[in-house]
Amino acid sequence: MSKAQNTGAVKKFLYINRRAPHGSNYAQEGLEMAMVGAAFEQEVAIAFIDDGVFQLKRGQNPAGAGLKNFTAAFGALGDHDIRDIFVERESLEARGLRAEDLLQLVFEDENGKRAEKSAVQIVGGDELAEIIARQDVLLNF
Amino acid sequence: MLHVVNKSPFEKDSLTTCMRLSRPGSHVLLIEDGVYAALGGGAFAARVRESMAARKFYALGADLAARGLGESDLIDGISVIGYDGFVELAASCSAVQSWV
Amino acid sequence: MKFAILVNEGPYTHQASDTAYHFAKAALAGGHEIFRVFFYHDGVHNATRLAAPPQDERRVTERWTQLAAEHGVDLVVCVAAAQRRGVVDAGEQKRHGMDANNIAGGFRISGLGQLIESGVRADRLVAFG
Repeated sequence: MSKAQNTGAVKKFLYINRRAPHGSNYAQEGLEMAMVGAAFEQEVAIAFIDDGVFQLKRGQNPAGAGLKNFTAAFGALGDHDIRDIFVERESLEARGLRAEDLLQLVFEDENGKRAEKSAVQIVGGDELAEIIARQDVLLNF
Repeated sequence: MLHVVNKSPFEKDSLTTCMRLSRPGSHVLLIEDGVYAALGGGAFAARVRESMAARKFYALGADLAARGLGESDLIDGISVIGYDGFVELAASCSAVQSWV
Repeated sequence: MKFAILVNEGPYTHQASDTAYHFAKAALAGGHEIFRVFFYHDGVHNATRLAAPPQDERRVTERWTQLAAEHGVDLVVCVAAAQRRGVVDAGEQKRHGMDANNIAGGFRISGLGQLIESGVRADRLVAFG
């Protein structure tokens, strides 16, 4: 279904990532799905929970392991108009990571200026529970 | 909302994350290896009982039976349902979140 | 009610495909509709007709094929995930110049958009993985 065929119903889609990158392929294929999903004029958000927060770690270089550096594509999420990227604070802290350890993801603001707004929002579990409860469609990777 | 947990709590953090990120009033269905979270004598029983104060827990009967478990092994208050009950829960809740 | 189902694991290694199948059967028996079953990640392996499980075991792929034949359930395999894992239909075989295809009856290969459409058009999307 392309934008032209859209039935008009707008639903809230949340892509939940709870697995680390590279050790399995869920993260890469999850990102591919989120990119496709963003083209369907639905409300799209992404959440990183548990080991999923490792997907956003800066400085990943999987070339030596013979794997594709698919996390570079996270930088294109803003181009797909995905503005809500949630990272659960408890998951981040449990793994000894801080906000500055994560990739900087930005989207264009209303005036078309890039690199102005960060798309990553670090949210507590209680807030994330509210966000999850508001969704229509939840896809887990 | 219906939250579905299919991993053993001894293998993966799906159950604890589900309990952390599900609002009070949610329904939680344990399926496949997730049913091991329902064991009354298990290490997760206290946390499940605490979560059950604000959530309704269910376990899939076919998955319990497959694993040699019966209602007497379970934490009191967990409802055993069939696939038809799973379908009706999914239909009656606003959405389904699978903590795979 | 209209359900869509997502299967993210292959047959036999994980129970996900079995649970998804029993859910689909129960939904149909309860008078509900299955809008589509979408196979992603290793879930695409559910669609190979070349599996030959022992006689006394369940036949996962045949069950799905039968469900499609009896109830008209739309079984869709993600093309990108299928290409990576060698699940091929006649069209893909021709396009890539391969010497064989292996897709089972009732399944078709298409894009991820088919899953998003399922999420939009079905009342509930239930994922198994």
